[in-house]
Amino acid sequence: MTERFTPSVLTANDLLEGDVVYLASSGHWTRRLQEAQLFTDGESASTALAQAQAQPDRLVGVYLAAARPGPNGPEPTHFREAFRARGPSNYSHGKQAEGLC
Amino acid sequence: MYAYSEFDHAFLKTRNAQFRAQVARRLSGALTEDEFKPLRLMNGLYLQLHAYMLRVAIPYGTLNSVQMRQLAYIAQRWDKGYGHFTTRQNIQFNWPRLQDVPDMLDALAEVGLHAIQTSGNCVRNVTADHFAGAAADEIADPRPVAELLRQWSTDHPEFQFLPRKFKIAITGSPNDRAVTRAHDIGLRMVLQQGQRGFEVIVGGGLGRTPVIGKVLAEFIPERDLLPYIEAILSTYNSFGRRDNKYKARIKIMVNELGMDEVRARVARRFESLRAEWSGADQAVLDDLRRAFAPPAFRVAPTDAFTAAYQRDPVFRAFADTNLAAHWQDGYAIVTISLKAHGATPGDATADQMRLMADLAERYGHDELRISHEQNVILPHVHKSDLPALHSALKAAGLATANVGLISDIIACPGMDYCALATARSIPIAQEIAQRFQAREAEIGGMKIKISGCINACGHHHVGHIGILGLDRAGVENYQITLGGDATQTAALGERAGPGFAYDQIIPALERLVEAYLALRLGPQEDFLAAFRRLGAQPFKAALYETEGQANAA
Repeated sequence: MTERFTPSVLTANDLLEGDVVYLASSGHWTRRLQEAQLFTDGESASTALAQAQAQPDRLVGVYLAAARPGPNGPEPTHFREAFRARGPSNYSHGKQAEGLC
Repeated sequence: MYAYSEFDHAFLKTRNAQFRAQVARRLSGALTEDEFKPLRLMNGLYLQLHAYMLRVAIPYGTLNSVQMRQLAYIAQRWDKGYGHFTTRQNIQFNWPRLQDVPDMLDALAEVGLHAIQTSGNCVRNVTADHFAGAAADEIADPRPVAELLRQWSTDHPEFQFLPRKFKIAITGSPNDRAVTRAHDIGLRMVLQQGQRGFEVIVGGGLGRTPVIGKVLAEFIPERDLLPYIEAILSTYNSFGRRDNKYKARIKIMVNELGMDEVRARVARRFESLRAEWSGADQAVLDDLRRAFAPPAFRVAPTDAFTAAYQRDPVFRAFADTNLAAHWQDGYAIVTISLKAHGATPGDATADQMRLMADLAERYGHDELRISHEQNVILPHVHKSDLPALHSALKAAGLATANVGLISDIIACPGMDYCALATARSIPIAQEIAQRFQAREAEIGGMKIKISGCINACGHHHVGHIGILGLDRAGVENYQITLGGDATQTAALGERAGPGFAYDQIIPALERLVEAYLALRLGPQEDFLAAFRRLGAQPFKAALYETEGQANAA
């Protein structure tokens, strides 16, 4: 029996800007969590992770972050990922200020 | 104040050029992240939750107006118009882009600032009493020694790869405002038969294994201090653990070897090292003492201060909380609170930085300090200038009269910024300040310190009330510690019990504060004194009252 895979999005920080990016289903990297591809099987997630790790000239710290499907695309399941997708709570800076969430 | 020598300028220029080339190689793909990361960390550049973060050292917390204006310029030109002052007298810029960082470092170098050794397993920014050179209770200004330590430790070839980071704090006063007992080495100036020297405290630290530092040497004469500290570092470098990151700080070595054994090994190392020191350090120290000579103080009447104090209750409240005693007659030390109710502790906008720089130049002999409590200090202000200074601060929203009160909270950036955090700190601080604002004068002196993870950048262990944010099964949860003390009577707070959810922590603190107000002998007994008299029990009972009743029902 294979280990149960938690649905996840592939995420990293952009090398130049340092901001949070996600792998979209089209294969490009998006700054919106809602546009991210939600992986539901472990095999395709690991393949995508390996491919992303082979792009060190544009990404830093690639990892799979647990997410769940929502009406407008993937949603975070952990509060840390919710902050990454939105920005800090003390100022309207980051994604929330740029219309990216 | 110390001004960079030609050597300092040349060193920084070379170093910044090296980093510029390293960034270019990273961007071209010639360096991988694994190769680049240690290089960027050596230059204070972190990658946080939403962006890069540049941590700039403010040695012993001292700035002049030109430097403060440059920090404002950097905040505006390459960041989002503000900076965050930290508990280690650094400033952090939260939003730089990688390709801009070399320019930011060059801009810092223009005014004699840098980000070297603000990360990594090396000697970090040497911190000092923020009232140094001004405090009435001081033996002497510790900053010449702090600067000597900075020069000695910067790029010291032997100590670039210590087992773990290493933090030194220094004070010239018996009243410890530099948290010396929570540093790897804490130095407290003492006099012995008229001779100046230092009590050397070792192995303090907060984080996951909080320890109050213990005295390694009761008195080291000033001329022996640097070789003695080198002997400590050398001993730690040889015997500190490298097998486990969490057991690598010097406090663990002290615990495992025992203080007597550490003392013996340091003494042996000192003996062999001492002869190698020709006295050049003492010549440098003499020059540094001249560089840190007191400003040309003014002798003038203070009637304007007295009149404003009697006439204006807002000024009086400010004077009562935000001023400290200066050793020079007619002068005061002014603390500018960066804790306006509802604001982010330690943040200053570029405009605020510029105003503080202007005021320092006009009224403060061109000096500013950053405190580990995340406030800004004008250490030398003539009392006759205080009314004008206060009204200028008031107009800019910088006259909050809350220094030492419940809203003067230390808070780390927490999960709003930090990649290591397990919960948020800032919104908790904002909420506490607003909730207790109306009653803070009645509550009186109170130190609340908040960390967003066990690494304890927010010093929660030594807060009268400490708050530690954790991730409990995917939900933010806040543990309370009681009875901590950051001063010369340093103590670690005692954990009160189970943590509270995000929306339960403020009501819990309200119960705690109510209990304190009901139990204290009078306004002169602050929370810490009441806690020491009564013990934790009545405060725990207040904290868990609601749950107790719920269980009983």
